[in-house]
Amino acid sequence: MNRRDFLKIACFSVAGLPARSTLDRFTGKALAKSTMIGQPKWAMVVDLKACLTKPGCRDCIDACHSIHNVPSFNNPKDEVKWIWTSPFKEVFPDQTYQFTSREVQARPVLVLCNHCDNPPCVKVCPTKATFKRDDGLVMMDYHRCIGCRYCMAACPYGARSFNWKDPRPFIKEIRQDFPTRTKGVVEKCSFCEERLAKGLNPACVEACTAKGLAFGDLNEPESQVRNMLTFKPSARRKAHLGTEPKVFYLP
Amino acid sequence: MIEKALRGGRIYWSWVMLLLAMIALGFIFYVRQWSLGLGITGMGRDVSWGLYIANFTFLVGVAASAVMVVLPYYLHNFKTFGRITIFGEFLAVAAVTMSVLFIFVDLGQPARVFNIMLYPSPQSVLFWDMIVLNLYLVLNLIIGWRTLEAEQQEEAPPSWLKPLVFLSIPLAISIHTVTAFIYSGLGARPFWLTALLAPRFLASAFASGPALLIILCLIMRRVTKFDTGQEAIQKIALIVTYALSVHMFFFLVELFTVFYGGIPEHMHHFQYLFGAGGQPLLTISAWISLILTWTAFFILINPRTRRIEGTLIYALLAVIIAVWIEKGLSFVIPGFIPSPLGEIAVYAPTIPEILITKGVWSVGLLVLTILYKVAVSVKEDLSS
Repeated sequence: MNRRDFLKIACFSVAGLPARSTLDRFTGKALAKSTMIGQPKWAMVVDLKACLTKPGCRDCIDACHSIHNVPSFNNPKDEVKWIWTSPFKEVFPDQTYQFTSREVQARPVLVLCNHCDNPPCVKVCPTKATFKRDDGLVMMDYHRCIGCRYCMAACPYGARSFNWKDPRPFIKEIRQDFPTRTKGVVEKCSFCEERLAKGLNPACVEACTAKGLAFGDLNEPESQVRNMLTFKPSARRKAHLGTEPKVFYLP
Repeated sequence: MIEKALRGGRIYWSWVMLLLAMIALGFIFYVRQWSLGLGITGMGRDVSWGLYIANFTFLVGVAASAVMVVLPYYLHNFKTFGRITIFGEFLAVAAVTMSVLFIFVDLGQPARVFNIMLYPSPQSVLFWDMIVLNLYLVLNLIIGWRTLEAEQQEEAPPSWLKPLVFLSIPLAISIHTVTAFIYSGLGARPFWLTALLAPRFLASAFASGPALLIILCLIMRRVTKFDTGQEAIQKIALIVTYALSVHMFFFLVELFTVFYGGIPEHMHHFQYLFGAGGQPLLTISAWISLILTWTAFFILINPRTRRIEGTLIYALLAVIIAVWIEKGLSFVIPGFIPSPLGEIAVYAPTIPEILITKGVWSVGLLVLTILYKVAVSVKEDLSS
């Protein structure tokens, strides 16, 4: 390498360094990297087979919605939901359905916020009202949200709900130990951060008697979720989008 | 200079009164929206942006299109646009005002709007849109107003104005590019996820904005003594023709990629928009837009029909309506349908939503009327 080549390479690498990190920050890659070593990385595993052993069961949904003061509007327009079921075919649109029976296609699959490692909602928020914690939880600051709903447009999973009206009159029984929300802000599943802080599992996981839900730390090699994912194939919703969802599905 | 807006004839005052009445009506419904929430609109969990954001997108285009008169005049010294440039700049001021207001009325928590500045978030495209739109608004107001002042005093515009004009040219391109990036950067919405979006936005903007400018000039010629001149109008009509052709070409390019590429999630939205299974309001307006676009195109490419004002005016109106639909309702709504979970939600704007929208348009038209009144009065005084 002559002097000229050396200088060329040196110049390009120095110029490239800040550009690379700025680009990562801009595209949200920096968000994915920010999870520190020693921090937990929370994830959920949904065992579809176990879930189907109790058809029509709503234990997890009811548990979540009642402790989090989620209103029930009973119409799809104003609806607020943190965890719910959708037909198998819509949750995993990339699978083959040509030979699957309608019954299988329509099987209810539990869906909730995926707490993505590379969350598009966090990237687009103009006020950082939605943000990612070091332990991977994607959180909402209901007091900072201006209600622009850019995060709803950016979420590929339809996980976010907006308070189109004052939700309080539509909450069946208001729980005093959890905040209610105001009209005009976005909300979604929080992986029960208030329970994690006390060392408890999320309410949906605790409520599931069919053992269809597991929760734990992906950074912990011996954790239940890691064990479940090691020996079986698992799926994540729209993983091709690069959002790195942290809700895993076992077939 | 502003005092000139306070002296006018009967037509002027009845027009202003009509606008004020529309603003008042819109405001009454906005107060309702403020207290009851955005639930009084047709938007919902699946279609979470609607008429407000549709109008916002269209109007940013109108604002950006001022560059089509500013650039030839200032960069190429194209004297024909000398009398019309100021009206392009003032149209931009009114259009940006409306754009910003449409974002504001769309907020769920409008009282917290300054959180955008309190917690600046450069990774959000909306943050950048706020910056470029406000900068563009201020620049055009300063440039337009100061140029007019200089004209009134019959002196050359101050030299510090030139750099601002030069800055406003790339800024015009950037406001619409950044607005396109709000949509085209979302992996979640295949309908918007196309690198062609910003160029498409610019092309349709450079057709619809100048078309609106010609219509406004023709109205001014009727109700005032001011005339921008036949040649200027014809030159702008030519710009509209080229921009419309490019816009149509881009749209066909988009259709090719989507349908020859054949990726279902990209095709679904187009099929829903133009297909029979869709929502009548949406499908019918999408087809109307398409028909108007082609009609305008045939009137405009034929030099004879373009040169006759009687036919030109229909082409221009067709362009404005077609683009308003195309990058408004036909663009925003199908992005949300089918939803990420395959749901076919129904969206139709409600009456409060429509009246608030009309109120915002009236604010913009009032700003436009006042600025145009001042400019026309100054020019009338000079010629008499």
